[in-house]
Amino acid sequence: MFRGSFVSRDREAYGKFTPNPDQVMSAKSKGKSIVTIFPDWCKGCGICAAFCPVKVMELNDQGKAVVVREEECINCGFCELHCPDFAIMVQPKVDSEIPAGSKSAHVNAAPNGSVESEKSIKEKG
Amino acid sequence: MADIKGTQLIHEYLRHNKKFPHVFCSGCGHGIVLGSLIRSIHGLGLSKDDVCIVAGIGCSGRLAAYVDFNTVHTCHGRALTFATGIKMAKPGMHVIVVMGDGDSMAIGGNHLIHAARRNIGVTALILNNNIYGMTGGQCSPTTPAGANTQTTPMGQMEQSFDCVELCTAAGANFVARGSVFHVKRLDSMIMEGIKNPGFGVVEIMTPCFTQYGRKNGFKSPVEMFHALKKNVVKRERFDEIPEADRGEKVPSGIFVQKDTPGLEEKFYEMAARCQGGK
Repeated sequence: MFRGSFVSRDREAYGKFTPNPDQVMSAKSKGKSIVTIFPDWCKGCGICAAFCPVKVMELNDQGKAVVVREEECINCGFCELHCPDFAIMVQPKVDSEIPAGSKSAHVNAAPNGSVESEKSIKEKG
Repeated sequence: MADIKGTQLIHEYLRHNKKFPHVFCSGCGHGIVLGSLIRSIHGLGLSKDDVCIVAGIGCSGRLAAYVDFNTVHTCHGRALTFATGIKMAKPGMHVIVVMGDGDSMAIGGNHLIHAARRNIGVTALILNNNIYGMTGGQCSPTTPAGANTQTTPMGQMEQSFDCVELCTAAGANFVARGSVFHVKRLDSMIMEGIKNPGFGVVEIMTPCFTQYGRKNGFKSPVEMFHALKKNVVKRERFDEIPEADRGEKVPSGIFVQKDTPGLEEKFYEMAARCQGGK
């Protein structure tokens, strides 16, 4: 299926396609989720950053994904489903603050201690 | 475990003492298949003790080590034979075999067609990345003609296998093809495959950037995912495309779905008949 992909002409154009965020989402569902990235698990493949319809993630200078526009997230679930390293977690935001249960949930999620809390991830940027 | 979902759910099913992040290269699709398999098993409501994952050798063989089910890591190409034994001894167990394309169609090619002929009640996931990834990038039976690999630097000259047609012809009960880009469809295919009696095959198209993509003009793993997005089309849509315009496109979806009873059902029925008729 990948045969001769290097000669196909429209592949370049396909890669550059970026949807207009205003057409893709409804403003209502914006900003209702928390996106967490575990930097120790991320291998920097860039799938989340390339396919996110509203460009919530970007790759930093270390090549790892970071959350830059969390308030734009429409909770489509693409990154969570397609992250090969299980490094992205999208959770609903209960209040404007971080819900009380979410921190302990993160610790449960990866008991080997490689997961950092949200605060330290944001500090690292 | 009822209320959690997404990545948190997947983390519940992993063996965290197996040194995460996993061994797969950056941009490899095998991790997505692992997540899809876990979601499917959770979606069917199966207990961890009722599921047995059997894996062969290769990159895909590592999947069995990472999940917290009953798991067996077997010889190269012989995963289906181990699975046949497990299913015959414990017919209540849901046996899922994870194999690569070389594992299933080259070294274990004979076992694949005979498992399909026997209609043993296991579900085989064939992770087709068009190459032998772990052993250094040799060309495999599914490497497309013209592709450059480590062993075919001037282009592959042979025809490649079509897994779906091979398994359909051999008589498998359930044959489907999905891709790691279309994850929701893949989830439903794996769920259907586990539910269906008899031998089930799900071929999963997954990119291998390290060994295949770099030699064939892809600049990043993301480009390989763009190629998947473009080339894997639904079966119904594929039939509408005129043959001249198909190019690299491959059909995906469920191709065969029959409910012939599997070998283990027939065997235990016969055993009961023989014992009752003394």
